[in-house]
Amino acid sequence: MPKRADIATILVIGSGPIVIGQAAEFDYAGTQACHALREEGLRVVLVNSNPATIMTDPETADRVYVEPLTTEFLAQIIRQERPDGLLATLGGQTGLNLAVSLAEAGVLAQESVELLGTPLASIKRAEDRELFRTLMGDLGEPIPESAIVTSMEEAWAFAGRVGLPVIIRPAYTLGGTGGGLAHTDEEFVATVRLGLTLSPIGQVLIERSIAGFKEIEYEVMRDRADNCIVICNMENVDPVGIHTGDSIVVAPSQTLTDQEYQMLRAASLRIIRALGIEGGCNIQFALDPDSLQYYVIEVNPRVSRSSALASKATGYPIAKVAAKIALGYTLDEIMNPITGQTYACFEPALDYVVTKIPRWPFDKFASAERRLGTQMKATGEVMALGRTWEESLMKAVRSLEIGVSSLELPGLPEAASDDLWHRAAHPDDERLFVLYELIRRGAPIDDIATRTGVDRFFLAKLRHIEEIARDLREGLTDERLYTAKRAGFVDEYIAGLTRMPERQIKLWRERLNLFPVYKMVDTCAAEFAAQTPYYYSTYEDEDEVQDSTAQKVVVLGSGPIRIGQGIEFDYCSVHAALALRAHGYESIVINNNPETVSTDFNMSSRLYFEPLHIEDVMHVIERERPQGVIVQFGGQTAIDLAEPLAKRGVKILGTSVANIDRAENREKFDALLAALDIRRPAGKAVTGLQEALLAARELRFPVLVRPSYVLGGRAMQIVYSEQELTEYIREAVQVSREHPVLIDRYLTGVEVEVDAISDGETVIIPGIMEHVERAGVHSGDSMAVYPAQSVGGDLQDKIIANTVAIARGLNVCGLLNIQFVIHEGHVYVLEVNPRSSRTVPFLSKVTGVPMVDLAMKAVLGERLSDLGWRTGLLPAKGRIAVKVPVFSFAKLREVDVTLGPEMKSTGEVMGTDDTLGKALYKGMLAAGFRFPSHGAIIATIADKDKEEALPILRGLSQLGYHLFATDGTAQFLERYGIRSTTVNKISQGGPSLLDIMRRGEAIMVINTLTRGRAPERDGFRIRREAVEHAIPCLTSLDTARAVYEVLGALRFSTRPIEQSRVRGDGAHAGR
Amino acid sequence: MKAKLVLEDGTVFVGEHFGASGEVLGEVVFNTGMTGYQEILTDPSYYGQIVTLTYPLVGNYGCTVDDVESTKPHVRGFVVRELAQFPSHYRSQFSLHDYLLREQIVAIAGIDTRKLTRILRVYGTMRGMITTFDTEESELLDRVRAYERVRDQVKQVTTRQAYRMPGEGLRVVLLDFGTKMGILRSLRARGCDVVVLPAHSSREEILSWRPLGIMMSNGPGDPADLMDIVDTVRSLIGQVPIFGVCMGHQVLSLACGAVTEKLCFGHRGVNHPVKDLRTGRVYMTSQNHGYVVREGSLTGTDLELTHINQNDGTVEGVRHRSASAYSVQYHPEARPGPDDSDYLFDEFITDIKRFWKGDDEHAQAR
Repeated sequence: MPKRADIATILVIGSGPIVIGQAAEFDYAGTQACHALREEGLRVVLVNSNPATIMTDPETADRVYVEPLTTEFLAQIIRQERPDGLLATLGGQTGLNLAVSLAEAGVLAQESVELLGTPLASIKRAEDRELFRTLMGDLGEPIPESAIVTSMEEAWAFAGRVGLPVIIRPAYTLGGTGGGLAHTDEEFVATVRLGLTLSPIGQVLIERSIAGFKEIEYEVMRDRADNCIVICNMENVDPVGIHTGDSIVVAPSQTLTDQEYQMLRAASLRIIRALGIEGGCNIQFALDPDSLQYYVIEVNPRVSRSSALASKATGYPIAKVAAKIALGYTLDEIMNPITGQTYACFEPALDYVVTKIPRWPFDKFASAERRLGTQMKATGEVMALGRTWEESLMKAVRSLEIGVSSLELPGLPEAASDDLWHRAAHPDDERLFVLYELIRRGAPIDDIATRTGVDRFFLAKLRHIEEIARDLREGLTDERLYTAKRAGFVDEYIAGLTRMPERQIKLWRERLNLFPVYKMVDTCAAEFAAQTPYYYSTYEDEDEVQDSTAQKVVVLGSGPIRIGQGIEFDYCSVHAALALRAHGYESIVINNNPETVSTDFNMSSRLYFEPLHIEDVMHVIERERPQGVIVQFGGQTAIDLAEPLAKRGVKILGTSVANIDRAENREKFDALLAALDIRRPAGKAVTGLQEALLAARELRFPVLVRPSYVLGGRAMQIVYSEQELTEYIREAVQVSREHPVLIDRYLTGVEVEVDAISDGETVIIPGIMEHVERAGVHSGDSMAVYPAQSVGGDLQDKIIANTVAIARGLNVCGLLNIQFVIHEGHVYVLEVNPRSSRTVPFLSKVTGVPMVDLAMKAVLGERLSDLGWRTGLLPAKGRIAVKVPVFSFAKLREVDVTLGPEMKSTGEVMGTDDTLGKALYKGMLAAGFRFPSHGAIIATIADKDKEEALPILRGLSQLGYHLFATDGTAQFLERYGIRSTTVNKISQGGPSLLDIMRRGEAIMVINTLTRGRAPERDGFRIRREAVEHAIPCLTSLDTARAVYEVLGALRFSTRPIEQSRVRGDGAHAGR
Repeated sequence: MKAKLVLEDGTVFVGEHFGASGEVLGEVVFNTGMTGYQEILTDPSYYGQIVTLTYPLVGNYGCTVDDVESTKPHVRGFVVRELAQFPSHYRSQFSLHDYLLREQIVAIAGIDTRKLTRILRVYGTMRGMITTFDTEESELLDRVRAYERVRDQVKQVTTRQAYRMPGEGLRVVLLDFGTKMGILRSLRARGCDVVVLPAHSSREEILSWRPLGIMMSNGPGDPADLMDIVDTVRSLIGQVPIFGVCMGHQVLSLACGAVTEKLCFGHRGVNHPVKDLRTGRVYMTSQNHGYVVREGSLTGTDLELTHINQNDGTVEGVRHRSASAYSVQYHPEARPGPDDSDYLFDEFITDIKRFWKGDDEHAQAR
């Protein structure tokens, strides 16, 4: 069937900010879809609140709206743009939910917008538990016994019938938020209650646990002619019980016979047909490891994280094809872009093994509950390809950047066996390593399989890796080296095992000519000639890379998405690759994150899907012999590779390694600032407690403390007293001569952030951003306003001068990011990053300056002045833009939500409008804040903050909000004539403020931190309770003030007519 | 122990030997399916061939006597990237190594099978040898080049004796050119009373079983070797409904005057898109064939084209314009592969019923 002629303009909804369960995969899918639609001559209107995406680039769509993803804003855009069709299946759960609500609100019908692709009824049948169960019943597809409940009573009735354990899944939540496995009555009550709260429709599915079954996924596509194909199947190494987003996944399935494979494939096709999906769909099955019994677990009627993984694993562009199907094409009309000579209507054949490992945020959240279950906790993932599972697993492990390049995790060899067995059976993020350690200790594979449900096949592979390692410990031989390299061992690990210098391993390999070859990902297992330059390494005979004599430059990507290194860096990497091509270079991208746009083979001249480990990177460089390598766009991952690369004689393009070091090495940096006469907070490095106390006294409290070398655990903290400092030094960090602790004076004040482009001479500052939260809150967790609102005149000049001086002083070539604090009228430098930063996409979008492209021009040797640019700050554009951080606290139990110097947010959104109030409103709305016009606000304010909180609380009270406060705060408010209701602290017993939250009466919590951070403290419980009940919890008065201003701006004032002022005095009491 | 795979173009792969030791010669072909190695090994259509799988990990779920498509493996040799050392499956009875050793199949592991596939893709199917003997390469190469392809493979794999698998339903004669169990299974699943006959059965022998339908199976080799069978089949067209699969398809086409030819490297896998021209629908099919009916040769015959390969446009199915006789090049019985085309067996049953409708006496006679 040909393309439909009646669709000219199409609206695409993105997925919004990055949160756990919804990450960069939708930028990848959305971008690919937009390209596919425009290829067909359609006018594409895109809406997404997340500025750090390629999809919101002006080049991606004809019209791009970075606006809140709410029904109201979407409706307004629809009325403005009058699209003919809406494509919502590429924007994750967010996009799907919006499409449903737009349809239900009548907007689509009213404006004659057709929902393209999968019909609404299909979405509902897949998403609504009851409809889905009915459908599966009609099809005869088995599903685990379950009940949909909307109350605790119903929940108990079901649990009484089937018994525990059960799995609890709230309806319509992202990444299974609020779900979990309940073994005990207590767990059952807690999880059901939470689920009922978090589900937007107050509905929870409870089902019989089938934990321990194999978890198998199928990625299926269907067109409107009813052609159906399976793109890929995948097998979770972790059996049912752990969310697939938190599972190690392999593709294709490894332990399924053809009969099992086809049985589940046939079921997938029956399901997608019955649902009537037009596009892509993900179906999850549980398969009994000991029979042919299976259950359908879940169907996602849209592209998903798994489909991004399947796309990268096979090369098949699912999102692109889904977009074409939505336009009316059938699969047999769409070309397979990989081969260019076959059609999209086929099932990819893999001739390699793919392994995905999730990346969890527990290095940042030491206190978080690490146990894995049905609620996803990972922020990102890595993927690796190999011709053996050992190879792909070892590559994936070193791609994680968790400080190991093997399966030996420090600490585990010392663990007690009982402890290991417990952790194997009750998995956390380190289970892979725990399993390996058990095997290393000789635990029988059958025992491990019985207690963990992990298939013997995978355990035997781990044992194989262990055997190779054991052999290496006995000394290196040609044969052993060959075996180890074929199993994915890096030289560094082999060197450790053989107690030889790494250099010698390399020499040994040179003697044997033992180097990787590169094979192509071609969707067809070499059956047809392919044109796509998408490669992975392996140790075999034939290399398939076409030699090229073009000018080549390597761009290093940023690896898995984690807190502190998000999608922004992928945005920059993609732009760097595009700029290279535009400048006539071949761009070579190395990255390992399957979710991202940078690993879309269309974005670069060549894509190497490889670990960002020095050995793997060097192999690519030795094969390609590029002009140089660009490290400044791939976040810290790439920057960390600069020095080892330079040491091996690789040319680093842009800012030199020596100058990167001058910015990162504290002593050199201090010397630089001193030479430039630029202020920074006074600080010292200490190596013991006494020294620390002495330094802190000299610097005066509060001080900012952090280890110079992060070993995990708490990192940066603001401490207010000697007692706290003592605690920090003793408990939180391991201080030693090799690992000093850095102590800086903590300067309060407005924090300002600058991104600049420099060629060493001309320094362009596209804009200055001011943080809403004062210094002390990590810049990634602060709301940032462009242009800076309170920094003018001399201060601005000073900031500009400092930026220019530093850029020139470091001879920065490319991008530069500086954070300043303005303290008592002076500008201090907090941090300099000689690379692209988190704010580059935001600033590029609001200022219209193509920052990465300009930086690339500088890197490639052009003079910015020749291009017509002059040093200095560019004039601010008309609108005000606010970047608002987004957190995923609901997914991470036991994490304190208090904002501080450690970054905690997972994503960001942008709000822009003509006034700051409107921009803030939109930004916060997009971030998920809701602004009820009335309700209760709970305030528990630390003594040190009470004065400052007063005007905010008074204002909120005047706006009609009912304040609830604990003793101290209530008395303080009363003193100033502000009404509040006193509630019990938790420790006081009786009904406390927790009950107010549990009863759903509170709309907001303002809680500032009282000394100490131990989780048992009341404040922590209050904040967590707020998160569990989806109540906004503000921990910085600056945020609270911003919220108050927004609430005020939203409101028409209602005031009585003022009395005659004849009597004079006291007329302004209302103020 | 080391083993070598030698191709007629002189390429030599050195790997590890598994299964039986020895030396085998055959035509080297590749299959792109990711599961179903045991079904492939035991598919009689691979008779005389050395098969490599493009998927690198093989043997993961072991072997069982239940997943066979005939009583024994028919491949000459087997080539994989990695042999699973520790198969894991509740049904597994022996490892792939033990199975091949028991069945005396020579196999090699550890070689760059993607390189091998790329050679075969470009230069076409080649003669080759797997050997576990330490012989001079030049000598091995001489032997490969001197090797004459086997002919008349069907004679080697067809049943020696007629046998019957009784059923309550329609009687169908299955002409066994080297049939997979899957075809029998598909017919019996529809209640058919199946009589399996040797490939070279005469028209009289066939009709003596009074079949309501004739099914022609898959089988190895060049259909042009089977001209006597072609003649027999020609005489049956119009007499009894005929459904041919794979070799059966080629035989029917030859019987109707079409011509077959050899493909460069064949179609072997489970992901081949085939379009049913009558409905426009595309199905994923399981395939295993080195010969194909030349499309142009259909002109002037009584055959119409019903199915084509979506990738290369080759003939995948034909139907007689006036008689109840049709065939497909691929495997609706799956095993291994998708069962998307299972509906063809239903159509066959329906056709048989339609053909004999009204002929009650005939039906009662059964």
